[in-house]
Amino acid sequence: MENSMTVSSPEAGTSPAVAIRGVNKIFNQGKPNQVDALVDIDLDVQPGEFISLIGPSGCGKSTLLRLVADLLEPTSGSVTIHGKSAHQARVDQDYGMAFQQSGLFEWRTVERNIELPLELKGWDKAARRQRSQEMLELVKLPEFAKHMPWQLSGGMQQRIAIARALASHPKLLLMDEPFGALDEMTREHMQAELLRICAAAGTTVVFVTHSIPEAVYLADRVVVMSPRPGRITEIVSVALGRDRSELTREATDFFARVTEVREALRGIEMADHAKGIDDR
Amino acid sequence: MNATVRLRNALAVVLPPLVLGVLFLAAWQAWVVVSDVQPFVIPRPTDIWRSFIDDFDLVWKASVVTGMNALVGLVLGSLIGFVVAVLTNRFAFVSDLVNPLAITVAAIPAVVIVGVLNNMYSLDSQIPRRIMVTISVFFVVFVQVTKGLRQNDATQMELMRSYAASPFDTLKKVRLPNTMPFFFTGVRTAAPLALIIALVSEYFGGTQDGLGSKISGTLNGSNKALGFAYVLGGALVGLLFFAGSNLLEYLVVPWRRRGRSK
Repeated sequence: MENSMTVSSPEAGTSPAVAIRGVNKIFNQGKPNQVDALVDIDLDVQPGEFISLIGPSGCGKSTLLRLVADLLEPTSGSVTIHGKSAHQARVDQDYGMAFQQSGLFEWRTVERNIELPLELKGWDKAARRQRSQEMLELVKLPEFAKHMPWQLSGGMQQRIAIARALASHPKLLLMDEPFGALDEMTREHMQAELLRICAAAGTTVVFVTHSIPEAVYLADRVVVMSPRPGRITEIVSVALGRDRSELTREATDFFARVTEVREALRGIEMADHAKGIDDR
Repeated sequence: MNATVRLRNALAVVLPPLVLGVLFLAAWQAWVVVSDVQPFVIPRPTDIWRSFIDDFDLVWKASVVTGMNALVGLVLGSLIGFVVAVLTNRFAFVSDLVNPLAITVAAIPAVVIVGVLNNMYSLDSQIPRRIMVTISVFFVVFVQVTKGLRQNDATQMELMRSYAASPFDTLKKVRLPNTMPFFFTGVRTAAPLALIIALVSEYFGGTQDGLGSKISGTLNGSNKALGFAYVLGGALVGLLFFAGSNLLEYLVVPWRRRGRSK
């Protein structure tokens, strides 16, 4: 089945960074605990675009991210990354990934953490070292190369995780609530840093969050999802321009988009609530 | 942290148990002297110490015999336990098969096996005792490593999958390092056990040159002070094992020093 996916989209130049077509994901199919995690998902992400996925817990946003990453397989439908099957993209390390937990390997120094994906790709040591230095410069932590993860603050650990995710210069970055465990100040700082880093490399980002201001501040488009079954209910175009700063957070347009996303989410909540009463 | 603070912290850790130990020995000494307990019933700590110094070569020889048996069994049992746990982990049914067996074997007084082994080897052989220690250590380490291999950090595993890492790379670079703290928990638990098993194994016949034989021999006789000197020798070997396994863990698993958690 993976082979059938690889053939699609011959003109790679025009193909979207991520193309999700008619995707369904059912867990425990046919069993009493069957869950329709995702239903009829269609979404195209353009190269260089920043997409936020937002929705209440159980809406399948993390599941959708894992389908793109080929950490899960769709029950039906297809996911392609720059015209390749998700599986091939994973094998080729075409994307980088970061999670809420930094997932740093505590027995490796910071630089050897960043080098791990390159090591697995068979890079030689000198090239690896050069790239990890470059990545540490990028996340502004060059003096911490020889440190162990536990010697770093939560925000610094997360920056190292991002450096690692970007070490092989992937065109696509997949992030699952990467700033969810950080305090508000650090979080806003990290959001600005992420935009700077991705703008510099023209990286496409799919970013899962449940913070509305975070989703709006970062994204070109905010994809609003609803639970039971997980589906896309609305896509809000943010259109604040790519040049965002701390001033953006205080702009009228920013608040307008925040309100728009909030109302989209509230619509879900109301419907969900009403359904909840019916069900129980 | 300056030197005086560090010294004070070190003293705070070392001093209380030291004081307690000294008080205990003093109370023992005082009780034996005051109640005029006969030396062939309970010897005085000072007599035990004198005996330990005077007959140090006897205590040393017996300690080396038993200590070597325990050490050989500890090393072999740990290695075999580790390797078998890693191998069986690839096949869930095998570890499901071995695990209940491990727990059962740990629960029965398995030292009796040494009696059977004694019949298989020559009378002056230390091999039956070493096999016995190996078996006991094996199960302790096996259970711990199996546990460790099953407790992987979910984020780290997803990352490895996202890198399309091979099962072997994942094992080598993530699962084995993750398992090391569990392995050393097993080794630290097994270290005193190894010594006890080595000691008790000597009760089931064979050559009478180790601490176990000497302790049981002398404690039944009238020279109780020498018997206790052998016990002291055993205690020191045990302490050495404890310190050795902790040092090894400190060196091999530096990321878990000072009780750090992830």
